[in-house]
Amino acid sequence: MKKVTNVVVAGLGGQGVVKASDILADAAFRAGMDVKKSEIHGMSQRGGSVASDVRFGERVNSPMITRGEADCLLVIAPDQVDVNRHVLKSDGVLVSPDTVANIGKIQAKTVNVALLGVLSTHLDIPVPLWEEAIRANLAEKHHKLNIEAFQRGREAARSTQA
Amino acid sequence: MTRTLHERMLLSGNEAVALAALRSGVLLGTGYPGTPSTEILEAFAALGGKAQWAPNEKVALEVGLGAAFGGARALVTMKHVGVNVAADVLFTATYTGVSGGLVLISADDPGMASSQNEQDNRNYARAAGVIMLEPADSQQAYDFTGAGFALSEKFGLPVMLRMTTRVCHSKSIVTQSPLPQPQATPNFKRDVPGRVMIPAHARPAHRRLREKLARAAAYAENCPQTIIEKGSKALGVITSGVVIAHAKEVAPDASFFQLGLSYPLPLNAIKEFVASVDRCVVVEEGDPILETELRAAGLNIEAKPEAFRFGELNADRVRRILEHDNSPEAALAAGKPPMLCEGCSHRPVFETLNKLGCIVSGDIGCYTLGVLPPFSAMDSCVCMGASIGVGLGLRHVLPPEQAKRVVSVIGDSTFIHSGLTGLAEMVYNPPPNGHVLMILDNGTTAMTGQQEHPGTGRDLLHHPTGHVRFEEVIHAMGIRHVVTIDPMADAVALENAIIEALDSGQLAVIVARKPCILAAPKIRVYERAAAEKMMATE
Repeated sequence: MKKVTNVVVAGLGGQGVVKASDILADAAFRAGMDVKKSEIHGMSQRGGSVASDVRFGERVNSPMITRGEADCLLVIAPDQVDVNRHVLKSDGVLVSPDTVANIGKIQAKTVNVALLGVLSTHLDIPVPLWEEAIRANLAEKHHKLNIEAFQRGREAARSTQA
Repeated sequence: MTRTLHERMLLSGNEAVALAALRSGVLLGTGYPGTPSTEILEAFAALGGKAQWAPNEKVALEVGLGAAFGGARALVTMKHVGVNVAADVLFTATYTGVSGGLVLISADDPGMASSQNEQDNRNYARAAGVIMLEPADSQQAYDFTGAGFALSEKFGLPVMLRMTTRVCHSKSIVTQSPLPQPQATPNFKRDVPGRVMIPAHARPAHRRLREKLARAAAYAENCPQTIIEKGSKALGVITSGVVIAHAKEVAPDASFFQLGLSYPLPLNAIKEFVASVDRCVVVEEGDPILETELRAAGLNIEAKPEAFRFGELNADRVRRILEHDNSPEAALAAGKPPMLCEGCSHRPVFETLNKLGCIVSGDIGCYTLGVLPPFSAMDSCVCMGASIGVGLGLRHVLPPEQAKRVVSVIGDSTFIHSGLTGLAEMVYNPPPNGHVLMILDNGTTAMTGQQEHPGTGRDLLHHPTGHVRFEEVIHAMGIRHVVTIDPMADAVALENAIIEALDSGQLAVIVARKPCILAAPKIRVYERAAAEKMMATE
């Protein structure tokens, strides 16, 4: 079977988990891949745990990622890392909020997109498509700050990898 | 927000239903908010469709049925438990039938991500005699919605499109195709024996229903929603809804039978399929419905163990079913539970009810979270509106020192939905020591994402409309002790108001009114826009 990439985005209600996974799914969609994305809404609006599954590749069947099947886990809230770690493959990539702790001042609201910047260095989706997806999923007044946050995330990832 | 429409789109199942409804010429969309169905009507309105929130699901289905009697296509949306409220309409709407296409969306919640039960509404198709479609992803949500309106008109029956949380809220790719269009425009045609269900008319109507279902079953044998994919002879999987996606994940080489039209069953096609494979497994989420019906038809099938009746299925659970893997499943990691927001106007109410040692008969909404620590101030929560009836029942039978502490707590949208009849009961059959009802009016249907309702005086698009004013209704229904209070303004005043109501021994209603902290900024914008519009027209 053709390779499918599995990414879980996790955090708490109100942190932009769903927005981040919308952007990721849209970027993969723009890259011409088959995409499925799934999460539970509802009571998560009240500050509870939220996790969103994004799967993309040539052909995706189930919209859900099961235990031990995630290639990448992006976590926005520090206390949600342990809760979600079980989804990661043994050689999977963890993108935790620590990754962007030292990138200088960014607005709290853009941490989710900064982490997408880190994530983007592990995925094969061209940067212009990421930026198109960010613009398509956010109101125009938020474009500049979020594109900047995305770039800072990419730089932070490159400096750690180098 | 108006979206630009492209040929190939990444849509949630809910958005796909809305788009298909628009492209099918639906003239009216109505429903009551409920996770996971809520976004359908919002998306339909955003696309330019006429959409409105009803006070509850029963009224929504009645309005939709009226539109369909008038020859229009109508879309009615609700969550699974909403169909219980609308069931009275549904069970006779299958007798009357429809002229215009009527599609009822039932959004089920296996696993109870945001519900009080995980009832399987495939049972309603059998019980009411309604054609059921079950999409597996957004593309099918689009295609089957379009087909649903055409089938409803072809057979003169309502069609129930059953979705689940994973279909409603998952996004996948939709390629838009043209959908069947309505054949007529709305026009009243008198049909007394067909529409007036007195017993003399209902008896032949029941026979007509069974004839229609027999024709629908024959149609189902070979229709675009009966999807058979021949693979290996070694294993055949029969399923419906999202489960087909999990099954293809774990058994890509198997043969598949997806019941896109899952009631009435295409029994001949199923028999042929079962005979064509060496081993045939029915993999269904929820109740063992297909299993029971196929076994009753004498088919040699395997089915899931009882353990998989509970919760959602996923690829791993489907693998376990197919491989007879009965090893214990890993417990889900405990995440952070939801809680009442900082600054939520429900907080002081539950702090006070806890402090006063009240027995709290609760209801459905954000305020159900009053059950959790640190509030721990709720003793029952069953269904929409139950707070009042259950509270009254307790008051009638408990010893006086307990009865006097019983308080019913209901939200504003829930009060409109199902609280008015409870209030009538309170006036009509008052307990010996009276009763206290608290309406927590935060000016929105908060839990489902801040939808409007008749008590807000704004319509689905947040424009001003008729306004049901609680205090006037409560007075008019015969309650003399009515107090309105801002629960955030003064904790002592709030406590005193509750004590006074409890001590009065009479029927009392306290309206605790303060906008939801998340909705308040938006409510101010809506109010300003309405004021500006009024100024401009004066």
